[in-house]
Amino acid sequence: MELDPTETFRQEAADLLDSLETVLLDLGQTPQDRDLIDAAFRALHTIKGSGAMFGFDKVAAFTHDFETAFDLIRKGKIDANHDIVTVSLSARDYIRTLIEDPDSTDPIIGEAIVEELQRLIGGGASASRSQAAGTEAQSAAEPEAEEPAAAGWTIEIAFEPGILRNGTNPLALLDDLRSLGPCVVAADLGTVPELGALDPEACLISWAVTLESACNRDEIEDVFMFVRDEMKLVVTPLDARAPKFAALDMSMPDAVSRAGEGSTQAAMADAAAAAPPSTTRASLPAAAASPAPVAEKAELNRRGEDKGTTVRVQAERLDELMDRVGELVIAQARLSQIAHSGSDLAIKAIAEEIERLASGLRDSTMGVRMVPMGSLFGRFRRLVHDLSRDLGKPVDFVTVGEDTEMDKTMIERLADPLVHLIRNAIDHGIESAADRAQTAKSPTGRIELAARYVGAQVLVTVQDDGAGLNTARIRAKAEENGLIAPGAAMSEHDIHQFLFHPGFSTAKTISALSGRGVGMDVVKRTIEAMRGTIDLTTIPGHGSSVTLRLPLTLAIIDGLLIRVGEGRYIIPLSAVEECIELTAADEARAKGRSFLNVRGELVPFVRLRDLFDSEGEADPHQKVIVTSIGDTRVGLVVDQIIGSHQTVIKSLSKLHSDVTMFSGATILGDGSAALILDVAQLVTLGQSRAESDRTSEAA
Amino acid sequence: MATILTVDDSPSVRQMIKLVLGPAGHAVVEAGDGSEGLAKAKAQSFDLVITDLNMPVMNGMQMIKALRALPSFVGVPIVFLTTESDDAVKQEAKAAGATGWITKPFKPEQLLAVVAKLVRA
Repeated sequence: MELDPTETFRQEAADLLDSLETVLLDLGQTPQDRDLIDAAFRALHTIKGSGAMFGFDKVAAFTHDFETAFDLIRKGKIDANHDIVTVSLSARDYIRTLIEDPDSTDPIIGEAIVEELQRLIGGGASASRSQAAGTEAQSAAEPEAEEPAAAGWTIEIAFEPGILRNGTNPLALLDDLRSLGPCVVAADLGTVPELGALDPEACLISWAVTLESACNRDEIEDVFMFVRDEMKLVVTPLDARAPKFAALDMSMPDAVSRAGEGSTQAAMADAAAAAPPSTTRASLPAAAASPAPVAEKAELNRRGEDKGTTVRVQAERLDELMDRVGELVIAQARLSQIAHSGSDLAIKAIAEEIERLASGLRDSTMGVRMVPMGSLFGRFRRLVHDLSRDLGKPVDFVTVGEDTEMDKTMIERLADPLVHLIRNAIDHGIESAADRAQTAKSPTGRIELAARYVGAQVLVTVQDDGAGLNTARIRAKAEENGLIAPGAAMSEHDIHQFLFHPGFSTAKTISALSGRGVGMDVVKRTIEAMRGTIDLTTIPGHGSSVTLRLPLTLAIIDGLLIRVGEGRYIIPLSAVEECIELTAADEARAKGRSFLNVRGELVPFVRLRDLFDSEGEADPHQKVIVTSIGDTRVGLVVDQIIGSHQTVIKSLSKLHSDVTMFSGATILGDGSAALILDVAQLVTLGQSRAESDRTSEAA
Repeated sequence: MATILTVDDSPSVRQMIKLVLGPAGHAVVEAGDGSEGLAKAKAQSFDLVITDLNMPVMNGMQMIKALRALPSFVGVPIVFLTTESDDAVKQEAKAAGATGWITKPFKPEQLLAVVAKLVRA
């Protein structure tokens, strides 16, 4: 299937605009960097050139001025300064909307951007503009100078000797002349030396052609457009021609023209003989073995590795593949179940083989969905640049671990929470330059965005070197909002958790960027929906950091399959700490309160039978699965622990969007469905029950 | 039917060239920059090269010079793509060994006309 080139252009332009943004931001830091200037010029050049080719005329016209500006920078005529970078960034955004959503663009914005650029670079671009306009005017004027149509033309042609080497074929040009009308061709062999002195690669023949055609002079000159500067071309209307020459041509037309062609062909053949193709090919392997080309080859390979050969695949196709693999894993689980319950060794062997293949396929498919975090981090450089400008706080933005890979859907869902966190860090975290000066900090703030692997998880950290959290103020606000009793004993860490409360904001003034109290709770909810956790640490005066702990993928998890009553459920294995038996003694000791003594520590527990209103007799040996989210633990009481289970997560339908205890569902080996427990919700539930138990005990 | 090497860092341009020349019966080999183009040119013979000038790593001008230095490229036409109206670039490319040029943006007919002009059966 051939792709539509227009679509390819859109994708290519999107990539170019992304890299242009990076290049411009880098250029803001090192305005003299030639490689960056060249890269910016090339990106604009390609967008303009290809844009015009695929019908994006507005894009081409708009980009022209910026291409010109960067050409001037490239040639050292003007300097790339901060203002030019800023206006170019706006231009980049404008080009993006011109390509992606042309209807939403306002030409006034485009004009304003171009005017700003013109102001910054002074006369440079406008000069080139008037020059371009001049060329157009000139070409427009040309047709007026046209001669009246003639009955025919005589054309004298003499090439520079070297043209054969550069791929010009005089015979092809003579053929082109013939396409304009009947020709009489006479070759002049006067300058061709004796065979012994002949240079087979030199074109020494000249021609005189009589062309019977009503075509105009331009059409004849166009035939020779590529070699116009390397030849003598005299075009004369037939009527003005001396009758003597006509007689000469008429006397021996065919013979001469054949002789001419013949000798040229001979010359070409000789040229080919001088560099026989067979010799060239035979010498290639030998040449490749010599040191220099090997080094070159190694260089190429290295570059190839750097770039990585990539294939573009639509995201939906990847999702579809993942679904199929998910179904395969389910079918394979069913096969394994049947094979192991029977006694057929051959089927068991095949089932094991398929299990191995399916898990390999699952891993490769998940690998395909992994994208480096760098693609996401890149977007924030612009955000920091703009925020730092708007807020007047100079900020260094440092990213670490760009090559950490994560499932692409995770990366997409991570974008908004990270925007919030980075905004917060600049708006609330980093102090104003004046405040920083008082604390002997560098006037430029620093924000670090880092990603790294920890086991099967990725830690993403947003760290600033600002003032840190003001615990006292958060506490005061929490008391004011009635979230805690005044003077209640609380750890700093617990107080900071109020920041994740809906509608909680301590900002003294509400800026356009943050401080509206929406944000942190949304961030927390988003991260938890991704089965991740969020944590906040702060050192007063030295800054704060927010750490997101996320699973590598959303699509498949290791789960623990359990039974409660008649129903089967999955608990994500990553949340499971241990499984213990709930003995009659424990029950007796609990005295109706839901606490369990785990090696001296009290852990609240929740009976899933009660929670799910399960019917039927409870298993006499109840088990407790101790689960944890962050530092808090909760025991879940179940009837039976069946075992670990590769779980392909299917999301619940919109009908069930208000169900909080389950995060999804999966299909089991026998084809029945099992719900996946949302451990974070259950832990919260267990903790709140424990809280009410404590208070009722106190009362 | 000719074997044509197209060298451009823009995949959409390469794709368009392929879409125009492929159905006309030509075999099109693609390269993403000058040094890749040079490597491919060393590995097989071509009847025509169509190259961009502004490319990363090795630009078109450098590649044209390097191609012309190859014995197997004597007499092989090399066409460059240019958006520049200014003659200096054309002169420079011609001096480097180019045969002709195509001005961007071009229409499929223009591309076919130039190919037909330079490649003979």
